[in-house]
Amino acid sequence: MRRRHFLTLSASSLGGLLISSLDGKISRLADAAQPNQPIRIPLRFFTETEALIVSAAVSRIFPTDDSGPGAREAGVTIYIDRQLAGPWGRDRHRYTQPPFEDAPPEFGYQSKATPRDTYREGLKNLTGLHLLGSEEQDAALRGIENTHFFSLLRRNTIEGMFSDPRHGGNVGLIGWQLIGFPGPRMSNLEDIDRHYGEAFRPKPASLHQITGSKLTASGDES
Amino acid sequence: MKILPHADIVIVGGGWTGLLMAKELGSRTSLSIVVLERGATHSSSEYASGMDELEYAIRFRMMQDLSQETVTIRHSAGDRAFPLRQYGAFLPGTGVGGAGEHWSAVFPRFLPDVFELYSRTVEKYGAAHLPEDHAIQDWSVTYDELEPYYTRVENLLGISGKAGNIRGVKIEGGNIFEGWRSAEYPTPPTKVPYFSELFHQAADSLGYHPYPVPAATLSRLYTNPEGVTRPGCTYCGFCETFGCMIGAKSQPTNTLLPIIAKRKNIAIHSGANVRRIVHDSTKNRNQARGVTYVDLTGQEFFQPADLVFLASWTLNNTRLLLLSKLGEPFDPATGRGTVGRNLTHQVMLNAATAFFEKPLNRFMGSGASGMMFNDLDGDVFDHTNVPFLRGGAFLGRSARSLPIGESDVLPKSVQSRWGSAWKRALLHYYDRAGRITFIGDHLAYQGNYLDLDPTYKDHLGDPLLRLTIDWRDNERRMSEFAAQKAVELARAMGAKEINPSLALTHYDATRYQSSHIQGGAIMGASPENSVVNSWLQHWLTPNLFILGASSFPQNAAANPTPTILAQTLRTADAVVDHYLKSPGALI
Repeated sequence: MRRRHFLTLSASSLGGLLISSLDGKISRLADAAQPNQPIRIPLRFFTETEALIVSAAVSRIFPTDDSGPGAREAGVTIYIDRQLAGPWGRDRHRYTQPPFEDAPPEFGYQSKATPRDTYREGLKNLTGLHLLGSEEQDAALRGIENTHFFSLLRRNTIEGMFSDPRHGGNVGLIGWQLIGFPGPRMSNLEDIDRHYGEAFRPKPASLHQITGSKLTASGDES
Repeated sequence: MKILPHADIVIVGGGWTGLLMAKELGSRTSLSIVVLERGATHSSSEYASGMDELEYAIRFRMMQDLSQETVTIRHSAGDRAFPLRQYGAFLPGTGVGGAGEHWSAVFPRFLPDVFELYSRTVEKYGAAHLPEDHAIQDWSVTYDELEPYYTRVENLLGISGKAGNIRGVKIEGGNIFEGWRSAEYPTPPTKVPYFSELFHQAADSLGYHPYPVPAATLSRLYTNPEGVTRPGCTYCGFCETFGCMIGAKSQPTNTLLPIIAKRKNIAIHSGANVRRIVHDSTKNRNQARGVTYVDLTGQEFFQPADLVFLASWTLNNTRLLLLSKLGEPFDPATGRGTVGRNLTHQVMLNAATAFFEKPLNRFMGSGASGMMFNDLDGDVFDHTNVPFLRGGAFLGRSARSLPIGESDVLPKSVQSRWGSAWKRALLHYYDRAGRITFIGDHLAYQGNYLDLDPTYKDHLGDPLLRLTIDWRDNERRMSEFAAQKAVELARAMGAKEINPSLALTHYDATRYQSSHIQGGAIMGASPENSVVNSWLQHWLTPNLFILGASSFPQNAAANPTPTILAQTLRTADAVVDHYLKSPGALI
């Protein structure tokens, strides 16, 4: 059993509680009870240092800027950690029988390396990323942007922004509010042929909120 | 191996065709029927809690588990084949209901001339006009013969649409190019979302004949002739790769299982992975004796039966014939053998992606809500100055708008792939992008076929199926034509920016191209050039029937499920009315 690692974040950097208003603006409220307490989140795959590097990288891929919050507030690092700890990270459902041969790109990814392998190796090329300034971070990421690792990191960042919060990202439905997606809805019957040419933006709700079901995310399987 | 009690009928596969055959034979006879499905059971209740893009549309929870079995793919017979290690070009379903659980439910009939493609094309253009290396054949069944079965299937599923040709009378607002139909659709068209309405008006303005996409998703509450009631669609948008949370989308589990559940003579075993058809194939005796399968614990069984139906999807039907050494494998070098020949896929393109100034609210919709037209399909239009045979339908659907899957749908003017500029573009364009889809013919060629891979194995140690498949000039030119026409449409819709699809070059196993795969056990007029007769009965082994699109001699420019189901009903009638009374070859 490996030593337990935690990602320690200040409440303000994680976003604390995120409250959306109907006009789409996002306001951030610090946790009223413990305004300055850091939050310690147990990690299932990453070491603490790896998590800090990933956190820095995804925050440059999907930055927090004047167009709104980003990967940092959405909890993308925790999402990726859960995915790598689960069946996807272990290639549980990919065909992994040999021989592994180099193939033209139209035959898809053919290597033996699992996502866990790819992250563990790829992060070695970003050592110290979290200690750099944002311009240096961007330069470091540009240096790897044609690698399989970067394409996974980018894809996983998008997933962590926009998947149902049961998977650990999209905290407070921040991604769905940003992009104008309401999440699963039981009915659009009265609206489907109305609102032509105008934005119709129902308040987002998660799967748990609309179905009341308690679900186990795929990432929670170890 | 454990030998099970004899069954009258064993059906391999519990998807649309297997369960439809089980329902028909099980409710019209008292014969004992065993359905063997290798996947799990599905229930409607799991679908409401399954409206989760990551699990279902990205991680493909409802598809076959590739870690256990996949296929290999190469472009031509001289090439090395690579395994499909993760999903891309197509998505085979698994579990009770099969791909019929996660389909988008677009439900068009084929154009009548599709069934006589070889003779009609030669008659009109001459044999010299057919592409080199082609393997185009007539089906040995005609549209007129299938029409009553199309109608029965449409009533069974409650298809929503607007007829364009009732017994030869053309009707404005429907598809005036369709074959005659004996009746109007059982339910009216589904509602039209904004993007589809823009498409509708643009198609009208360009002189095309748009009509509502025929949908196996109900526009309103419907009770079918067998008493199964399903509700109307609520346009939640979770159709393709998902099961319907309320049962508005017709699926085997909500349309067929309610009938099957009442029949004590039908048993469905899930987790039963069929590995071989056991058969006697000698000079004097050709007969299937049953099938062997392995369950989830690894135990092997022999299920003896008088009558065997293969209903396990195009690729697995063909693989089981090859693994069981039933029939002669096709050899592209000599043209001998029939098993595995005429592999086709579909020319499916996002022919143009259009970006608009106004938001589209495209989270609302269904897999089949929208408008389409067939003015440039089949031989409907003048091909004099067109450098390819056939054509396809254009669709303006409002489907598949989930944010992870759509995140790369950006105008070409957006250069960055990450960072602030990219993020701003993503947030802006997400709800301003719509796709014009083209679905066109993939012709059959001698060089596109199926056989067993010499290198790669499944988790049980059996060889994987190998697909040898590539596009030819007919598909490449068709794709260029489709992109040009779609760009004209997008302009007429008022798009601010347009991404035309790239022309097809080589078959790309990573790009979703529909799950419409055909051939391998094709129907035809003689055992020299086909595996099954027009009743889908094996030519040499009369107690074996092979259902599904494995029987299609070539792809047609429309979704295959309506034709698959119509053929299945036609076979069911032939079995009940003729075969069971006098077992043997049906003529």
